[in-house]
Amino acid sequence: MESVEHEDTKANAPSVIDRYYTRWYRADMKGKPCEDHCILQHSNRICVITLAETHPILQNGRTIKSINYQISNGCSRLENKVSGKSKRGGQFLTDFAPLCRITCTDETEYTIYSCIRGRLLEVNENILETPNLLLEKPSTEGYIAVILPKFEESKSITENLLNRDKFENIVSKRSSAQSQPS
Amino acid sequence: MLPLKEKDKPIIQKLLSAGCCARCVLRFCCVSVQAAYRKQPEVRLMLQTDDYKSKDAAESETSEDPPNKRAKLETSITDVQSEEEAAAVVKSKDGDSRVCVVCLGILQGLCGTTQAIKVSEAVKAGNYEFDTLVLSVSLPAQLCVREVSMVVEKGLVLDKDDVIQVKEAFKWIMQGMVTKELGGIAVVTKVSPFEVSVEFTHPETDADCHFLAATCPDCFKPTKNKQSVFTRMAVVKALEKIPDAKFLKHYPCPPTQPTSSCSPQVQCLHVSVFVAGRYNKFCRSLPQTPWVIDGERRMESSVEELIAAPILSAFRADGFNFSSSGREDVDVRTLGNGRPFAMELLNPHKSRFSKEQMKQLQETINQSSDKIKVRDLQIVTREAMSRMKEGEEEKTKSYTALVWTQKPIQREDISFIDDIKDLTLDQKTPLRVLHRRALAVRQRAIHSMSTRFLDSHHFYLRLKTQAGTYIKEFVHGDFGRTIPNLCQLLKTDTDILELDVEVGESHICKTNIQKSKHIPPTSDSLPHRGRSGAEQDQCPQGCRP
Repeated sequence: MESVEHEDTKANAPSVIDRYYTRWYRADMKGKPCEDHCILQHSNRICVITLAETHPILQNGRTIKSINYQISNGCSRLENKVSGKSKRGGQFLTDFAPLCRITCTDETEYTIYSCIRGRLLEVNENILETPNLLLEKPSTEGYIAVILPKFEESKSITENLLNRDKFENIVSKRSSAQSQPS
Repeated sequence: MLPLKEKDKPIIQKLLSAGCCARCVLRFCCVSVQAAYRKQPEVRLMLQTDDYKSKDAAESETSEDPPNKRAKLETSITDVQSEEEAAAVVKSKDGDSRVCVVCLGILQGLCGTTQAIKVSEAVKAGNYEFDTLVLSVSLPAQLCVREVSMVVEKGLVLDKDDVIQVKEAFKWIMQGMVTKELGGIAVVTKVSPFEVSVEFTHPETDADCHFLAATCPDCFKPTKNKQSVFTRMAVVKALEKIPDAKFLKHYPCPPTQPTSSCSPQVQCLHVSVFVAGRYNKFCRSLPQTPWVIDGERRMESSVEELIAAPILSAFRADGFNFSSSGREDVDVRTLGNGRPFAMELLNPHKSRFSKEQMKQLQETINQSSDKIKVRDLQIVTREAMSRMKEGEEEKTKSYTALVWTQKPIQREDISFIDDIKDLTLDQKTPLRVLHRRALAVRQRAIHSMSTRFLDSHHFYLRLKTQAGTYIKEFVHGDFGRTIPNLCQLLKTDTDILELDVEVGESHICKTNIQKSKHIPPTSDSLPHRGRSGAEQDQCPQGCRP
């Protein structure tokens, strides 16, 4: 009796992400082919920046050599500190602000970008210790950063982003156009 | 005979010619006999002191006085019956009744029987339940200015520290009259749960105080709302600061004749009454407080509204403040003995309830909805409200969660969980509340757990944890921001489908809910759910945490 019901619900059960987050995408970030980012927007407007499944880092069995949050001489995302309810002190990011640089063992280098305007709340330090998280669970434990958009902008930030359908359209057009670069 | 002395005579002359009413004259002469104020005193009698010789003195007196003063004295009447007649005593030669330059009419026409009737009618209209009442008076700020103006002029007042305040005189006059109009209700002077406040306002208040803004600008803070910047406190402060000479330069002494008298407004207020109890929540779609975004209600009703509605109408209160010892999410049920709560009822028109009546009220609440149940409903003191939040940190909580696993499991796979004791978690502020909470890492302890296998992808997890532990995040990991988490322990993705909470017995029952009569929880007041209540009730709508 119960097991049958629950089998079904398991198959259809929405995950935490499905229940609370909306998936948005930015494809070919900064013109670089396939460097797609996925932004998970919570119903409370907080956004989690992650790699989309199509990002080159996640293709072709790549492994990660290093992740660096020091994006310039004067700025390291690891030094980001927010305090209080209003999250004072967090670095304010624009769409193309770099979050980190990832170097793979095959010497390819990728920059991950903010994709939205907002205050940086935290970067994922777990992936520094365990880079595999990024490869195995890019949408959950392998997240890159958490950003809080301004209250007034919480709806408008999605204007520049693609929803899931549009993104999947773009992806399917790629594979039909030409073979993906490795 | 009025208790006035010979030495007061020249002052009385000055005060009267300055435009003071009879009662204000008494005040400035430091007359502290209450009875003297009750009947409108006669001006003529004021000039008859103990050692005043009627005829010769009268002649010498009148020869000194300016002609209009003499006319005034001669038109005085002996038997004062009403305020109108009393006002006639201070008629100028023009024939207009003059508003007192100091009290602005408050101690003239505004403290007689008409006013007492007005007050008693306001009280009766409110239909309050009370044994005693206390009368409070609020005066416009400019009265301080005018009072100072009389005192600062040398020779007008002898003993400025013994001057009777307008408020005091007003109460001496009104208290007895209000008692009479209310059929004998005691109007006490100090403390009573029921307060009747009379507020006087005057249109020229700002104009009169204006000069203080220029002379003592730092006393006055700019206000954002439309209210006047000349608050009573600010004006008093400025008057203390300003030196006498400067005051005399900017403000006429004696003060100018006002064009109108004050307007009174009567308001009744009963002190707040506090009610406490415990509540159970059986619904998975009910928020604690009303859920409104941008003026639009997102979810129907709320725990506090369901509890408050019958109580508000029974106590005939104007509003309430709801406080509980912790709270649960919209989709979480509260089982067991229930969560303690307390409510402040604002301006209750009815405040006396017997134990029986409270029981009846509790029954009414429980009949009104099947989403919540209330028990141990009782009247408590104000301290109970603040104690509600106390000890929240010390409590232990019991939870039951329905867990889903991605990989198929067998009984043996989850039995190790039962042996885990005092597991310390490092929980970063969950993303779902991060928009309104500070980012921090919280260490919380899970004291013990027990499992009940359901099927290859589900089991029930019972947990006993430290207060403040985020259970949902322990189960699904919250992007790996709660460590350790159940996904790591079981080496599979896990999710939480349902959650129930039982507030720990400890602390709350005995001390927080006061005090004189602790009503022990009755087992018949709740539908029996048992310790594993969650199994029997999975939300039909499939609500998910």
